[in-house]
Amino acid sequence: MEIPYTISTRPDTGLWNAKIGIWLFLASEVMLFGGLFSAYIFLRIDAPPGMWPHGLLNVPVGTMNTAILIISSVTVVLAWASLKMRKYNAYWWYMLATISCGIIFLVVKLGYEWPQKFDHFGIYIKTEALGKYEQYLGNAYAAEKGLPPRLEITGHLHNRAALNDPNIKEYEVALDPLNADPTNAEMDRPHFWPRPATEKIATIEKEDVQYATMFEPRHSAYFASYFTITGLHGLHVLGGVLVFIYMWLPVSKRLYQRNPEHLANRVEVSGLFWHFVDLIWIFVFPLFYLL
Amino acid sequence: MDTSTSVGTHHEPHAHDAAHEHHELGFWRKYIFSTDHKVIGIQYGLCGLSFLFLGFCLMMLMRWQLAYPGQALPVIGKWLPHIFGPGIADGKMTPDFYNSLGAMHGTIMIFAGVVPLAFAAFGNFVVPLQIGAPDMTFPKVNAASFWAFAVGGVIMLVSFFVPGGPAKSGWTSYTPLAVISDTGPGHNPVFNGQTLWLIGFIFLITSSLLGAVNFITTIIQLRAKGLTWMRLPFFVWAQFVTAFLLLLAFPPLEAAIIMQLMDRVAHTSFFMPAGLVLNGAPAYLSGGGSPLLWQHLFWFLGHPEVYVLILPAFGIVAEILANNSRKPLWGYKSLVFSVLVIGFLSFIVWAHHMWLTGMGSAVSAFFQTTTLLISIPSVIILSAFFISLWGGSIRFNVPMLFTIAFLPMFGIGGLTGIPLAFNSADLYLHDTYYVIAHFHYIVAPGTIFGLFAGVYFWFPKATGRKMSEFWGKVHFWPTLICMNAIFLPMFLQGMAGMHRRWYDGGQGWNVANDHTVWGLTGFEWNKPISWAAWIMGLAQIPFIINFFWSIKHGEKVNDNPWEATTLEWTAPSPPPHGNFVTTPIAYRGPYEYSLPGRERDYTMQNEPVEPAERTRRKPPAELVHA
Amino acid sequence: MNNPPDISQDSKEYEEYAHGIRKHVRGYLMVGATLLVFTGVTVALSYVHFGTQKANIAVAMLVATFKAGLVAAIFMHLAAEKRLIYRVLIFTGFFVLGLFWLTFFAWYDYPIFR
Repeated sequence: MEIPYTISTRPDTGLWNAKIGIWLFLASEVMLFGGLFSAYIFLRIDAPPGMWPHGLLNVPVGTMNTAILIISSVTVVLAWASLKMRKYNAYWWYMLATISCGIIFLVVKLGYEWPQKFDHFGIYIKTEALGKYEQYLGNAYAAEKGLPPRLEITGHLHNRAALNDPNIKEYEVALDPLNADPTNAEMDRPHFWPRPATEKIATIEKEDVQYATMFEPRHSAYFASYFTITGLHGLHVLGGVLVFIYMWLPVSKRLYQRNPEHLANRVEVSGLFWHFVDLIWIFVFPLFYLL
Repeated sequence: MDTSTSVGTHHEPHAHDAAHEHHELGFWRKYIFSTDHKVIGIQYGLCGLSFLFLGFCLMMLMRWQLAYPGQALPVIGKWLPHIFGPGIADGKMTPDFYNSLGAMHGTIMIFAGVVPLAFAAFGNFVVPLQIGAPDMTFPKVNAASFWAFAVGGVIMLVSFFVPGGPAKSGWTSYTPLAVISDTGPGHNPVFNGQTLWLIGFIFLITSSLLGAVNFITTIIQLRAKGLTWMRLPFFVWAQFVTAFLLLLAFPPLEAAIIMQLMDRVAHTSFFMPAGLVLNGAPAYLSGGGSPLLWQHLFWFLGHPEVYVLILPAFGIVAEILANNSRKPLWGYKSLVFSVLVIGFLSFIVWAHHMWLTGMGSAVSAFFQTTTLLISIPSVIILSAFFISLWGGSIRFNVPMLFTIAFLPMFGIGGLTGIPLAFNSADLYLHDTYYVIAHFHYIVAPGTIFGLFAGVYFWFPKATGRKMSEFWGKVHFWPTLICMNAIFLPMFLQGMAGMHRRWYDGGQGWNVANDHTVWGLTGFEWNKPISWAAWIMGLAQIPFIINFFWSIKHGEKVNDNPWEATTLEWTAPSPPPHGNFVTTPIAYRGPYEYSLPGRERDYTMQNEPVEPAERTRRKPPAELVHA
Repeated sequence: MNNPPDISQDSKEYEEYAHGIRKHVRGYLMVGATLLVFTGVTVALSYVHFGTQKANIAVAMLVATFKAGLVAAIFMHLAAEKRLIYRVLIFTGFFVLGLFWLTFFAWYDYPIFR
């Protein structure tokens, strides 16, 4: 039993089935990421001044990842075009390039960016104790210059045991450049190249701490949104990569030999999904890394 | 396996094709992991009916607590603790257990009962047959959709047996309660009721999304030759719009569920505000989140969801009405237009579930306006149904009994929603039993009656046998009476001020005991309502027995026992793999009953149009029988 | 991109069709290069200050929308797609904007000054 219009187009709609199917699915994905973006918007708008951080993410790495995804979008459409031109070898290489770009993206994100974050530490200081740590926060300077208040001390946590041991009463933090030198005009705004943590150690009493965790999802609304959206996006990248791998393995050559147009359609449909994933990233990148 | 542009036909039962091994399918591929829409439809149907029954049992347990709060359940009270644990020690419900029953009753009825039955089961089985298609456009995706539903349903069931019991924060899972519920000592960080509810939900949503994609593509692409959009049975239109609602409204809830999962498991603060104090101590969270955000994202689905619950029933009712009044539906174009408008408007009315959240007058005015607007197409549809009866030659078989009962029941449900559309009236009625009565009138003697009608109606197509008319009537009359006995007094309870989700049924609250309504206090009304519910439970037994018995022993019937006109009745009963012996072509509209000058009082859609019959609108030349 | 006609590898029609695809390949490469350039532009512009934070966000979103538009129109073939797809996407766009705008509206229209 053959399902009609799997490959050929239905005359009155001009479309074959999977094309409609994938666009419907992408419409639902627009609503899915739309829901997440709306959460981002409201959490950000409602964040009190100083509670939405800037410059915490690695911009050069993010830019490189963006470029990698864009290149993979180009290679996947060239893979599809090769199939349409019945050049299987070219298709195979372009598909391999796409898969590789996808894997590199994931490795960079999950193997480098995220662990880097998990290794970083941040302390929100209680409102009443802000004055005590002025040397690290520089709020007077910030107020003078019209910058948002600084409510957080960040850096590398030296005494990790302090996280879980209630007997240890303070955190020893190797400060980030902003907290090491808060009145330096260079620190007013994020820089393109990430600034490494300094050697300057600060001791922060636990009783002055409002909330302190590593840079995990629970650290702040910002990181919650960042990890959730990039995590879901990453799952979509992974899904796309797995589908592409299936279409690149020898089983695809067999389908190509039986019916090349069928394979071309499958690649087109997966490619549409992949472009959508790229499209989401095009918005995620500035919203989290740059703004 | 090159392309083909026409439906494959099976003339020789033993014709073999190397690529089509379906003749040789083993038991598992044929009945369990099938990709045939009819098998999948039946799988959804059986699971949906089972979950409906489970949800009904949960309600019957709740009704005991409401009528006799604090008392041990008779008979079954002894062994319930063995199944459900300390929540019902000695057969007496704890408040948490009652809340669990409430949350799971709602969740299971809606997402594991009605949606799979109304949309997936009936849609899967009937729609391809009604449009003359051999199957859905994506059979494997269809199977995946069912299995995702099955996994989600199993997870929901498993949640009953974990320490702490199942979810207990309402089917609406409002934060921050839903985030802190089932946490702390004695609860597993992941295998607790509330978290499992969230995970199960993700599978249920995935199932609906996959199904929606399939339905929409199938209806667009696989309509038979001659079956234009305005010749589609109304049931297909209803399923088409329902699929769009599921497709576009579910994902924001999926996003919100992911965020609530993050809140519970990763301790983020998407929905947890700053400064929250839990058990006397400040919560150690980053804060900065918003409970209102959850409500917006939830109800963005929540409202289209209720239209998902009713539209398939509208579709079923339309088919049975036309068939059993032996005349075309009145106002087909209005019906189609109305269902499209309902679908569109349903996306922009959601905040009427949030009147008490402190919204300002401008945005409230907007949502009140759209909410009232959406009642108009609903009334048009109901009116068209009523008018369709006028002048008809009505046959009172069991499907028609349920269908006719649907009309005033849905009318009551719909009309009682109007006061709730005003934020001023809702100030009083919000969270009272009035709301429960309103929506149950629509879903219970509304949708579920439509679904019962559909089961009795399409049973012969699926099995080749009819269900017993006598036992169908034994099922119908007590159910109808009990439905009203249960839900009509609830309006009174609600207007008297009785609240929803009171685990003691109002026994400890003045407003439920101070004054009487029609002779009984609000709390006292719980007793007759509960008894009506239990009697209604008994009334379902004939249905269950009739259903299973008739599969093997029901009266054997021909392919078109109801003398209906739509394409599914041209297929054999039950239809074989591929559905049609010869590819159908549609020559006429779907409800050509009682055409003048004809012997039979029905003319099927695939009967060619005689030249003498031609009306003002000329059919395309090639479709005219020479 | 138009839907492919139902053709085999041997006919002349096919050769013309394949040639048509070949012309588009150049277009894909140009769009790809444009996207890379505009990624750089996005990063650079983020270090320019347009007055308020809102303005910065608006500029970044404008560039992102332009890039997304190119991906959608050229890579996803939307520029030459069928009406049905447009209709589905327009309704989706309407509903997602409705979600954003109405939630925003509900959020900020309240009777008590916060």
